[in-house]
Amino acid sequence: MKRTFRSLMIAATAVAAVAAALPARAVEISFYYPVAVSGPLTKIIEGLAADFEKANPDIKVKPVYSGNYGETLAKALTANKSGQPPQVAVLVASDALTLIDEDAVVAVDDFVKTPSDKAWLSGFFPAFMMNGRYEGKTYGVPFQRSTQVLYWNKAAFRDAGLDPSKPPQNWEELVEFGKKLTVRDASGQVTRWGLLVPSGVTSHWFLQGFTTPNKAVLTNEAGTETFLAGAGVVESLQYWVDLSRKHKVMPEGIIDTGTAPKEFIEGRAAMMHHSTGNLTNVKNNAKFEFGVAMLPARKGRGSATGGGSIYIFKKSSPEQREAAFKFVKWMTSAEQAARWSIETGYVAPRQDAWDLPVMKKYAQDFPPAAVALEQLPFCVAEFSTHDGPRTTKALEDAIEAAITGNKTPQKALTDAQAEATRILRTWKK
Amino acid sequence: MTVAHDSRAQRALETVAAWLLAVLWALPLLYAAWAAFHDSGDSARFDLAAPLTWKNFVYVWGAAPFPTYFLNTFLLVTLIIVVQFTLSTLAGYAFARFRFPGRDLMFVLVLLQLMIMPDVLIVENYRTLNAMGLIDTIVAIGMPYFGSAFGIFLMRQTFKAIPRELDDAARIEGAGSLLTLWKVYVPLAKPVYLAYGLVSVSYHWNNFLWPLIVTNSVSSRPLTVGLQIFSSGDQGIDWSIITAATLLSAGPLLVAFLLFQRQFVQSFLRAGIR
Amino acid sequence: MNDRNAANDDLASPWVGWGLFLPAAAFLAVFTYYPALATLYHSFFSNEKAGRPARFVGLDNYAAMIDDPIFWQALKNNGWFALGTIPASIALAIVMALLVNRALPGRALVRMSYFAPTILAMVAVANIWLFIFAPQIGLMNQIVGALGGMPHNWLGQPDTALASVTAVAIWKEAGFFMIFYLAALQNMPANLAEAAAIEGASRWYYFWKVTFPLLMPTTLFVLVNAVVNAFRMVDHIIIMTKGGPDNATMLLLYYVYETGFKYWDTTYAAAMSMVLLVILAVVAVGQFVILDRRTHYR
Repeated sequence: MKRTFRSLMIAATAVAAVAAALPARAVEISFYYPVAVSGPLTKIIEGLAADFEKANPDIKVKPVYSGNYGETLAKALTANKSGQPPQVAVLVASDALTLIDEDAVVAVDDFVKTPSDKAWLSGFFPAFMMNGRYEGKTYGVPFQRSTQVLYWNKAAFRDAGLDPSKPPQNWEELVEFGKKLTVRDASGQVTRWGLLVPSGVTSHWFLQGFTTPNKAVLTNEAGTETFLAGAGVVESLQYWVDLSRKHKVMPEGIIDTGTAPKEFIEGRAAMMHHSTGNLTNVKNNAKFEFGVAMLPARKGRGSATGGGSIYIFKKSSPEQREAAFKFVKWMTSAEQAARWSIETGYVAPRQDAWDLPVMKKYAQDFPPAAVALEQLPFCVAEFSTHDGPRTTKALEDAIEAAITGNKTPQKALTDAQAEATRILRTWKK
Repeated sequence: MTVAHDSRAQRALETVAAWLLAVLWALPLLYAAWAAFHDSGDSARFDLAAPLTWKNFVYVWGAAPFPTYFLNTFLLVTLIIVVQFTLSTLAGYAFARFRFPGRDLMFVLVLLQLMIMPDVLIVENYRTLNAMGLIDTIVAIGMPYFGSAFGIFLMRQTFKAIPRELDDAARIEGAGSLLTLWKVYVPLAKPVYLAYGLVSVSYHWNNFLWPLIVTNSVSSRPLTVGLQIFSSGDQGIDWSIITAATLLSAGPLLVAFLLFQRQFVQSFLRAGIR
Repeated sequence: MNDRNAANDDLASPWVGWGLFLPAAAFLAVFTYYPALATLYHSFFSNEKAGRPARFVGLDNYAAMIDDPIFWQALKNNGWFALGTIPASIALAIVMALLVNRALPGRALVRMSYFAPTILAMVAVANIWLFIFAPQIGLMNQIVGALGGMPHNWLGQPDTALASVTAVAIWKEAGFFMIFYLAALQNMPANLAEAAAIEGASRWYYFWKVTFPLLMPTTLFVLVNAVVNAFRMVDHIIIMTKGGPDNATMLLLYYVYETGFKYWDTTYAAAMSMVLLVILAVVAVGQFVILDRRTHYR
């Protein structure tokens, strides 16, 4: 009996020893990502994921392509509500408050331990950290950030007798140039507009392209109060409306955000406000020489930051969260940030990425890429409050009402402010 | 049902009208085909000399897992059809031939469902399926549709129209109710099944809102959701790519209709849906 | 509804009937009746958020709904949308069926052209129409321009947006209803037409006094579908306008979807779902009562 027992013990120990020596089963993390610009980004993401797995054999990354930003957010939160969220997702930087209010994400600070971690976290441009921070902690790590810039068609400028190397520097010049660039045919129909400023989805972001140079503030930092009917904001919206209704350099009615780049590329408009995220698209498809500049100035310069940050979700096991952190840190470190920026046209959100030789060469070969960087010191956070989707809708309804001429900018924004105040009343402390 | 003294001119006019309407109706699809087979730059202009290209379709096929989406949609509609046919047949038979307490009330309730589509109840159905742990599965997409008031109604009307003499004949042969159902009723209702099947497939192949909500990952995502996710970049829409993707996903049904047009219409005629 | 021969029913125990009905009934109960009641229940609670559990608030959600200008806008838009799509698609369907019912050169092609929009997913259709309505480069403005009209921003102006999405819906639906009318027309007895011809009746007269009344059962069936679709169709809104500009194309079901899955205010969405359900129920009863009286059955 004793003999059998001893052999059993030896056998058991042997098995245990072998089991301990075997590599641990890989931790699996799923990664929701949006495709906010057209292009073969799926392949690039999968390539990045594969490279990460090679460097970290104990982690398996499953990238899931989830549509545009809005759809990815809806998917992520829907999955979160059913108890099975992704471990990592790229969502709009200004979604941070929504995610925090749904108790869906964790602060990255909880994982920052080593000096290299700390160096990593502090290496991002401050402008890009603004939307992701809440009560002193960082929830959204900048990944595919952007700013708004002015694209201009140099050939069109030449045709209109303007210096093709000099984009409009301020609001007056924007109108002046726009008028010269707008071409009408014999019957009075416009064949080429001077300017396009999208007023479709994310119109609030394009409004910030006017309020930021006008130094008008839209919300408080805590996201509990809005100032939509302030004089500076009304002035900015009025200027925007005047561009189409008074100066007639822009088509009337809502300008679809997604079709605007195509219309610019087709030569239907000589200038456009749009995201740096469109750089690669325009570069590849425009048959004319084009330039990229900071948005025209007024009291100052700048635009809102935009684009996506990467978040770690709460409802996962501790191992998954650690693995997620490793992935996030890797994806947003200098080499990957540079690679992603070059492939997509998004702005690499950290200085050490720009210092890399490959980025220096890219910026040299393609100067427009560096314009966004120049504008960064003047940039502000994207509009974001608690119950963000609702307040954003109130603001965008106001923009749409003003642009289509249904309400004056003053009335539209006053109504929006009332609505936003009503929405935020339970959040004010 | 032509009336005898139709003038030639009148008929010619009608033919022209029919054709004009047909061209008007087909215009969007033709436009989409034009954009899909041309380069992005040529898509918005109608230069007949512009070269045709397959590259949009090639790109689309490689850019998103359309093969998986096709498979998912195929599995989904197959599952739904099988379950719907089974359940509707049994229930329709019950209403047509059996007396049971509360039958008439039940039938009214069934009719009520004709007006209440699952789409209106997405929030609650999501909750239910979440509690069952079935979110993000193909079964979850189909479940709210398994009980089909339309199907029950259709089968009841069809079965009621079948002469009882056949029932009696079957009973004389010694067949029980279920066997009678299988051997007598079902075969006679074939055209109705075809029509019902075509309506159901068409509906579920093209269903969007509910599958959008209830699926998260590629493994359960059907074609409609896949197509929309593919087409919805926030910046820079490329129409050539999108129309190519659209035609690609609509292709099978269009081809099937082209081939089976006659049968499709015939089945509706024979089913005598009125 | 009298069963002439009750022998069949008597042989089986009454529970066989229930047994046959049960599976379908179970699914209907779980996915239609239960959610409808649950929707009603949840509409009386406040929304759950991090750190704030749901609590009973009675009719608060309904009060908020009455105060919500977007809700009323959605209701109004849905009314116009229904008014725009239902008569037009049914009328077009009848016209198409009549046209295609006679011998016509190229009939199969014409019929396919009318029916093709139905086979496509609304998702696919919407993207194509987005392209067509694009202000600068789209087909619609190219045609309008060629005909000498003013180009419009069809989807981007409140006064044309709802009409534009209505046009898309009609385009999609008419062919589907056509099939049902075609079937009915083909089942009509030929001797009626001959008799009318002998009497010397005009085609118009024949249509209104004979054909149309005989098509009433089909019309009832089609009407049910059309009304439900008017409230069900939001796929094109999701893709083309997202309810804009400035809520000009906001439809009730889309608002429910936005509220429930974008704002995550599921209880408010439940309250609005109840309104949708009540509307559909009222319309159902109304239709059956009114049209039932005017239907000629053979």
